[in-house]
This record gives sequence, C-alpha cells and structure tokens, in this order.
Amino acid sequence: MTVGLAHFLTVSAILFSLGLFAVMKRRNAVGILMGVELMLNASNINFVAFSRYVAHSIDGQIMAAFVIVLAAAEAAVALAIVLAMYRNFGTANADTANSLKR
Amino acid sequence: MTGDLIFYLLAALTVIPAFWVVLSNNLVHAGFALLFTLLGVAGLFGWMGADFIAVTQLMVYIGGVMVLILFAVMMTRVPKGDRPVRGLDRYVPAGFFSLATMGLLYKVITGTQWATKGMLPAEPTTAEIGKMFMTNYIFPFEYVSLVLLSAMIGAALLIRERRVDPDSSEEEVQS
Repeated sequence: MTVGLAHFLTVSAILFSLGLFAVMKRRNAVGILMGVELMLNASNINFVAFSRYVAHSIDGQIMAAFVIVLAAAEAAVALAIVLAMYRNFGTANADTANSLKR
Repeated sequence: MTGDLIFYLLAALTVIPAFWVVLSNNLVHAGFALLFTLLGVAGLFGWMGADFIAVTQLMVYIGGVMVLILFAVMMTRVPKGDRPVRGLDRYVPAGFFSLATMGLLYKVITGTQWATKGMLPAEPTTAEIGKMFMTNYIFPFEYVSLVLLSAMIGAALLIRERRVDPDSSEEEVQS
C-alpha cells in the first residue's frame, strides 16, 4: 500500500522502543544518552509526520526545530556532566556514581 | 512507486543502525551507527517535504550533537582490563518494557482512524518557518536563545578544574 501516516508512525515507534531499550540496558552514561537521542528523534519524526499528513500547517515542523535545539543544549550539558564524572570516578559507568547512596 | 521505494530505503537506513546502537558492545560502533540513524531521520524529513528541518537535523544533530557524543566516547574510555563484566541481567526488564511499548504503540497506530486529509504538494518551508518564528513563535524563539546561552555557560562551568594551590589559602580555578 502507498506510504502513509501509519508508516511514519511505525518507524517512529520502533525508534522509540529501541531508544527505551538502550536507556534501560546500557551502563555507560554516553550510551544512555544515545538512547535518549533516539527517543527524541522518534518524537521529531512524529511531529513532522503529523504536520504533513494531518494538520497541513507548519507548526509541527517548528516544534521539531525547537526539539532539535533543546536536544543539542541538553546533550552539551549532559556530556559536560559525563566528563566531570569521568574526572571524579575514573569511569563513565553509571553504576559507579553511587556516592549518594547509604 | 519509486517514492515508496525510497521511503523504505530511508526507513531501513534509520532502523537498522538503531539496532546496532542499542545492541553493540563497542561504544564507538554505537556512536557511528547513531550517526547513520540520524542521517536516515534527516532523509525521512526530506522525503516528507520538510526541507528546512532536514538540513537543520544534518547541521545540528549530526554536525553538533554526534561530534560531541563521539568526543565524549573517546574521552571517557577505560582500559580493557578495568571494564565491568558484562551481564545479561539488564536485558530482561529492558526487553520487556521496550517490547511492551512497541506493542502498545503498534496497537494504537493500527487501531486509530487517523484524520489524514489529502496531501498537498511539497513546497519550500524555510520562508514560512521564518515567518512563524518572527510572529507566532517569537517568545519561544527568544527564550530558546536564553536556554542555549545558559547551556553553554553551564557546560563550561561543569567542566572547570579546580586546583588547590598549597601555598595560598585560596583555590585556584582553572577554566
């Protein structure tokens, strides 16, 4: 059948589930961030697909632009934290950063 | 027909490296696979006629965020002997939740009557997006620039090294 909205939503759902799997499975902090980026891109595909197929307005693409910008800012800060963590703990393994635990 | 074929190729370019991102044990491989996924997403944006968003995705995500991630992967490496032992215990909850999410989303996607109207021909979007940024979305536009400024300052602050000089009583901050 011809490519429609459901195809894009399926691709986005697969990406989102894979991102969720990466966030839950990976122990390295940068690996977790990669999963978060996958989830953000999945939601971006959804925004633009709905804007194109349903809404016929540009609002979805503007939301996607804002999501891209905020994801970049978040990645910068998150990686600064990861580097600071590496400096303090000697590893980027998220399990070792448990100094707040009793 | 060829449009559909190109869509399936782009979808394959997006989804197959995503599996590699998630399942690979080598983080550098995962980083480069994520680069291909983002490339596929940019291609999908372009297929849908969102030309400005496609190029923004290429410039910001691939040219910015991916470079940052690859830098971080290279800079936070531990020697092979010190790496933690890989266990399979994380696969069970992760697999369960991701499969449950995929099932739920798939059920919603196939079960809903989407109110799709006919497709308009794709036209360049840059002028329209620029107009929207300057009229309807002027406040988020200015606010996002504040967010970027604070993110830059915050990232630079988090990275600073503090060196304690043994002679003086003050800390010497190296930025």
